[in-house]
This record gives sequence, C-alpha cells and structure tokens, in this order.
Amino acid sequence: MSGIFQRISMIFRAKTDKALDKLEDPRQTLDYSYQRQLELLQKVRRGVADVATSRKRVELQANQLNTQADKLTNQAQKALEVGREDLAREALTRRSGLQQQLSDLQVQHAQLQAEEEKLTRASQRLQAKVDAFRTKKETIKATYSAAEAQTRINEAFSGISEEMGDVGLAIQRAEDKTAQMQARAGAIDELLASGALDDPTGTAKDDITLELEQLASTSDVENELARMKAAVGAGPSAAPQAIEGQQGPAQGQPPTQAAPTQAAQPPSLDAQSPQEYQAPPSQSQQAPPAQPQGDLR
Amino acid sequence: MIVRILNEGQWHLTDDAVRGLNSFDDAVEQAVTASDQEQLTKALHTLLDRIRTMGTRVPDDELEDSDLILPAADSTVEEVQQLLSESEEGLIPG
Repeated sequence: MSGIFQRISMIFRAKTDKALDKLEDPRQTLDYSYQRQLELLQKVRRGVADVATSRKRVELQANQLNTQADKLTNQAQKALEVGREDLAREALTRRSGLQQQLSDLQVQHAQLQAEEEKLTRASQRLQAKVDAFRTKKETIKATYSAAEAQTRINEAFSGISEEMGDVGLAIQRAEDKTAQMQARAGAIDELLASGALDDPTGTAKDDITLELEQLASTSDVENELARMKAAVGAGPSAAPQAIEGQQGPAQGQPPTQAAPTQAAQPPSLDAQSPQEYQAPPSQSQQAPPAQPQGDLR
Repeated sequence: MIVRILNEGQWHLTDDAVRGLNSFDDAVEQAVTASDQEQLTKALHTLLDRIRTMGTRVPDDELEDSDLILPAADSTVEEVQQLLSESEEGLIPG
C-alpha cells in the first residue's frame, strides 16, 4: 500500500522529524515539549468553546426568526379578517423569505453540532495522550541514560505529535466552519438591524403592524359610532315616538343601516382613512351622554 | 499495523486486513484525481467502515505513531488534495 494514504502519513512523519531535530538535550526538552502540549490542549478547549458559542448564537437567531415567522402568520390572519388580502399576501411573502433563512440556519446548526462533538472527542483523546506523555516523560527521565532516552523520547514524541497534528487539523476545520457561520450570523444581524426582520426590543413597529393597527382603530371607531347612533336613535326616539308616531322607527333605522356600510368601507380605503373617519365620532360623542363609552370598553 | 482515521483516532489492524484495503486506496486516489466528491465520500465511507469493523481501537493513553493515515469520512476533495500537496512539500528535501 504505497498510494494516497501512505503519502498522507508522510506529512505527519516529516513534521514530527522536524520537531525532533530541534531537541538537543532530550531530557531537558521533555518538560518544554510537555508545556507545549498543554498549550495546545488549551487551544483545543478554546476551539470547542468557540464552536459552542457559535452554535448558541445560531440557536438564538433561529428562535428570533421563528418568532418573527409566527408573528407574520398572525398578521396575515388579521389582515384577512379585515378583508385586506394584499396585506396578508405581503406578510406571507415575507414569512416565506424567513423560512428559507431558517432552514439554512438549521442545516448549519447541525453541522456546527457535529463539529463540536468531534472536537470534544478529540480534546478528550488528546488529554489522555498528554497524560500518557507526562507519565512516560517521568519514567524516561528517571530510568534511562541520555542515549537510551533519545529513542524512548522519539517513540513517545512521534506518537503524541501525530495526535496533535490530527487534532490541529480538526481545530482548523472547525475554525473555518465557525468563520463561515459568523459571517452568516452577521448578515442576519444586519437584516434585523435594517428592519427587514423584527426589532427584538419591540419598539419600532413594522409597516404591516402599523397598517393593521390603523385598520383596527378605524373599525373600533366605526363600531363605536354605530353603537352610539343606535343608542341615540333608540334613546330620543322613545319620547318622540309617542308624540309623532311614525317618525320614531324612521329615525331609529337609518343609523343602524349606515353603520355596516361605513364599517365595511375603510378596508378598501388607504391609510389616510382613519383621520377622515375620526371626525364623525368626535361630533356625535358630544350628543349622547358618556354612558355608552363604558359599555364599549 | 496501526491506522489512524483523521478526526477519529487509531485502530489496530492485522496484516491480512490491511492487504484487503489496497483496492480502496486506488478508488480514493481516482476520486481525488477526478475531483469527484460523491465518489470520494463513497470510497472513504466503505473503507473506514471496514477498518472500524475489522480493527480494534488503540486506547487513548497509548502513544504510538501510525503506519497509515486516512482522511476523515466527511473530507472534501479539496481537503484531501491539500493534504497531498503538503505531503509533496514534505517529501522534497530541504
């Protein structure tokens, strides 16, 4: 077997040999080498922590996207209830954009998780090897002469440097993947900042919410107006009815008929309509007593 | 013979088992030369599965260097090519 795998093995061996050439006094450099191993072990642990941090960030963003998607669904529902199909369509279009982001995030989340598990295992393996090296180093220092020590050290050293090479590659991979993730996370942050996604503080309202709220207040106003008109029609008409006979029912009816037609109109009007429709209620509010307002709230 | 699977650790393999791996080496090499990711993943998966079932794991606290080093199962063509280009550098003296 002298093919591809043998060539890959050569890299590791070449690197070990290079490192070994630097060892002048074997026994003295054992401690130094052990220190370097501990440093690498630290680096691996930091790598695991970095990947975990990125994974958590992706989870957080996925949650935000989910919340936003739910909100858009609700908005579409509300828009349909008030007969604004255009608004509902806009909300659903935005939601499908979010869903795409979300499924991308889920794929990358799975990748990061796999990377994290691999690094955790690698870190445990390296820890065990470093411990083995420490034990061996003490035995070598205590038992062997300088010449004998050299061979023993070579054995221990090439065993651990190969492991370090492997774990080093694993870290590099994880770092590359994490860098990709971070770029992506940054892009989603920008989306959030630009207002395309929901502002997590909830202070700024998106245009769909604003329009729905305007519609809601318009129909509230209309409902109130209709009730007041009904009350006005029913209240005063009770007295005149007795006197003028036919006029009572005639007065009482127009307001109840007018109310539904007026209430149905606002959805088809533009956002300016609320102002126009606020005028009638404020006028009619002066006429009846404050009593009807209590019923409406 | 000791074989390392990158990202996974080391395995003890009998000489008989190793002899059966030669054909897989060729398959991997062809896939890398042809830059065929699908083929590479397939070849690596079959090869690594064989090693895992036929071999025994080297304990974590044993310090030994490997006779063979194999790329991880999910390696990309680029990663293997990079390893190979490094090995070329490593083999050139000086």
